[in-house]
Amino acid sequence: MKKFSADKLFKWCAVGAGVLILAVLAAVAVFLLIQASPVFIGDRDAAAHSISSFTGGSTTNFFVFVGPLIFGTILASALALFLAFFVAVGIALFISHYAPKRLASVLSYIVDLLAAIPSVVYGLWGAFVLVPHTYPVWKVINSVLGWIPLFGGPVSNPPRTIATVSIVLAVMILPIITSMARDIFVQTPLLQQEAALALGATKWEMIKLAVLPFGTNGLVSASMLGLGRALGETMAVLMILSPGSTYGIHIFTASRNQTIAANIAAQFPEADSMGVSTLIATGLVLFVITFAVNYIARRITHRSSSKKNGMIASVMAWSTRKFSSRNANHSAVSKSDTGDNNNGKAGE
Amino acid sequence: MRHKHQYRCGYMRESASQCMTQGTPQNESLVKVRSKSWRAFIASVVAGACIFSLAACGDNTPSSALAYDSTHNTWASEKLTPLTGEFAASGASSQKSAVDAWIVGYSSAQPHISISYDPSGSGAGVNAFLTGAVSWAGTDAPLSQAQLQASQAVCNGDNAFEIPTYVSPIALAYNLSEYGLNGNAIQLSATTIAKIFNGSITMWDDNDIRQENPEIASKLPHIEITPVWRLDKSGTTRTFQTYLHQAAGDEWSSEPSETWPNSIGQGAKGTPGVVMTIGQAQGTIGYADYAQTSGLGTVAVKVGDYYVDPTPDATAELIANSTWNKDAHKQGRYVLDVDYATQSEGVYPIALVSYDVACRVYPDKRDATFVKQWLSYVLSDAGQIIAQDNAGAAPLPKALRNQMLRTVKTITSASDSKSSSGSEAKGRSDKASQHSTNVQVR
Repeated sequence: MKKFSADKLFKWCAVGAGVLILAVLAAVAVFLLIQASPVFIGDRDAAAHSISSFTGGSTTNFFVFVGPLIFGTILASALALFLAFFVAVGIALFISHYAPKRLASVLSYIVDLLAAIPSVVYGLWGAFVLVPHTYPVWKVINSVLGWIPLFGGPVSNPPRTIATVSIVLAVMILPIITSMARDIFVQTPLLQQEAALALGATKWEMIKLAVLPFGTNGLVSASMLGLGRALGETMAVLMILSPGSTYGIHIFTASRNQTIAANIAAQFPEADSMGVSTLIATGLVLFVITFAVNYIARRITHRSSSKKNGMIASVMAWSTRKFSSRNANHSAVSKSDTGDNNNGKAGE
Repeated sequence: MRHKHQYRCGYMRESASQCMTQGTPQNESLVKVRSKSWRAFIASVVAGACIFSLAACGDNTPSSALAYDSTHNTWASEKLTPLTGEFAASGASSQKSAVDAWIVGYSSAQPHISISYDPSGSGAGVNAFLTGAVSWAGTDAPLSQAQLQASQAVCNGDNAFEIPTYVSPIALAYNLSEYGLNGNAIQLSATTIAKIFNGSITMWDDNDIRQENPEIASKLPHIEITPVWRLDKSGTTRTFQTYLHQAAGDEWSSEPSETWPNSIGQGAKGTPGVVMTIGQAQGTIGYADYAQTSGLGTVAVKVGDYYVDPTPDATAELIANSTWNKDAHKQGRYVLDVDYATQSEGVYPIALVSYDVACRVYPDKRDATFVKQWLSYVLSDAGQIIAQDNAGAAPLPKALRNQMLRTVKTITSASDSKSSSGSEAKGRSDKASQHSTNVQVR
């Protein structure tokens, strides 16, 4: 009887925790909606006046005001994710599959430590170290790759630009993605890895066949978590970026873009009540963006995971495909292939 | 005695806190009130400065920030009603360093009191005041009529009023250190400044700049000018734009507001952000509180036929040349109409004027007593000196301060005002008048 009640208690605690998070989320959403509502259904003149005071008089329309902010937020976060993702996966694979055991445990400890550094510290580092020292780098990239629109345009000095911001954001989200990716890679079933190796896969092929497919879902969630942090990052952006409200994609030019979170932090202290509503409305937009990004990511992972049921079968299928294609032109590549195989086995 | 102190303060400019410890011997009795910890603080801060002037520091070290010319209606010579507890204020961040200095000075006479100032910004500060959360607020912009209406709810049915307490020169700081030009002040007229900030002058060796700087014309480098502005709403931005609007004529057509109107150059958060950004690259120029621009070059601004460096004294001249806003004055408020387009000799034309907002009648007696004492101290000689030494503030002319003090003295609480309702009218009847330029400040 006693056991039963303890069981029940625990169950209700768990249910309570689950309900709590939903309630908090709902409360935040309701708060945002209520606080933002004056902008949309309140006094039109007051709302227009407040928006024009934020934009220096260039517009009175909320969506014209928030559009460039959305663009800037997504641009900075996407660049940061792009920069961080591959490095993070590399670090995670190194820790899980390549590094000697002792080094691996030290490394993962350090990565977890990095995740605990507050963003304002990254912001300070970016503002005091990166900004004055990255100008020559941007200058070189601009002169070599300036024909790509992203790298075109004049290079601002000091480079308080999206490019510098995305580097800081990338460094910030790197530990999060790395840490999650490592945990997932470590869990790859040993049998599958050994099966791949037994079929003659090199170590890289084994990772490609067994580890990465197993971790796809986790990698997407890790990236989304990182992206979420980048989307909402405030202090680092506020301290580095020189803002502007355009849809400019020249990431080396200052005063072209701004992010929603940094804009709220910058304008909030001097905002009157309508100004606060306007800023909270932009916060609501950020809330929606984050939801949308997460939803899309879930959809992607859901589809990919439903496609292949049974990891072993997929490994077998992939390796069969691979080996059959190899046999087709084996005379050309067989020599190097065996070399690879030997190397892979020696590594084990 | 005064002169001697002045000399010391000037001589020992680097140790601001020493000056605030100077005072007249008449106030020796007041000294006894000071707490031990204050003495310890002074001792440690002043120690270094004392190496040169041990004798001078010696006996009257603790004398006081409160010391005030005894021939005047000094607040400190009155018997201060002792106060205890905590008092909160909030508002403009521009005043923060001055308010910090005032808190130190004022607390020395009221050791059982704890005052906090939240530099949340002018708007947030006034809002806090209007909800009754703080007893006074600092703001860079005078109250709007709507805010005056709203203030009646917390001021026992009467309007709130504001007085200018903190005036600070806004310098145009630039960085051309690699070209050896941070030492010499570059000279610019209002028109040229406006052209730089509206993007029509883009290079440092532009003809307009060369012509105004014949001595260093050959040293001006052919590099881009990067104007740096505040990305957050700011009274400093409004003031600088008001200056450009009034003094530069057609070159600056946009209406002054707290938001910077263009995207030429770069924006940075707060005065520290602007100063940091200017320091991070060559060819930058931006506007910032003069006290925070050390290490950077500052522009000498053309007024009349001369180029004037930003100094507290030259800025005090600007205030001495200003008049009270007549409409506000009729309501018993003190709002300065600053003539930014002034052509008077020796006047530095760009200054931020920051106000303190208070009630004429407080519902609570304790608040009334505190705000009355506090504002009296802020407007005293001692308060002005401590703000100049610690925050680079321009001292307010004495004639102006005496007018404001008359109103401050009428601050009362709801219970008191019933018994003496006549005193209030006196404060309101001060005549708005033009003030002579040669008001001696200290």
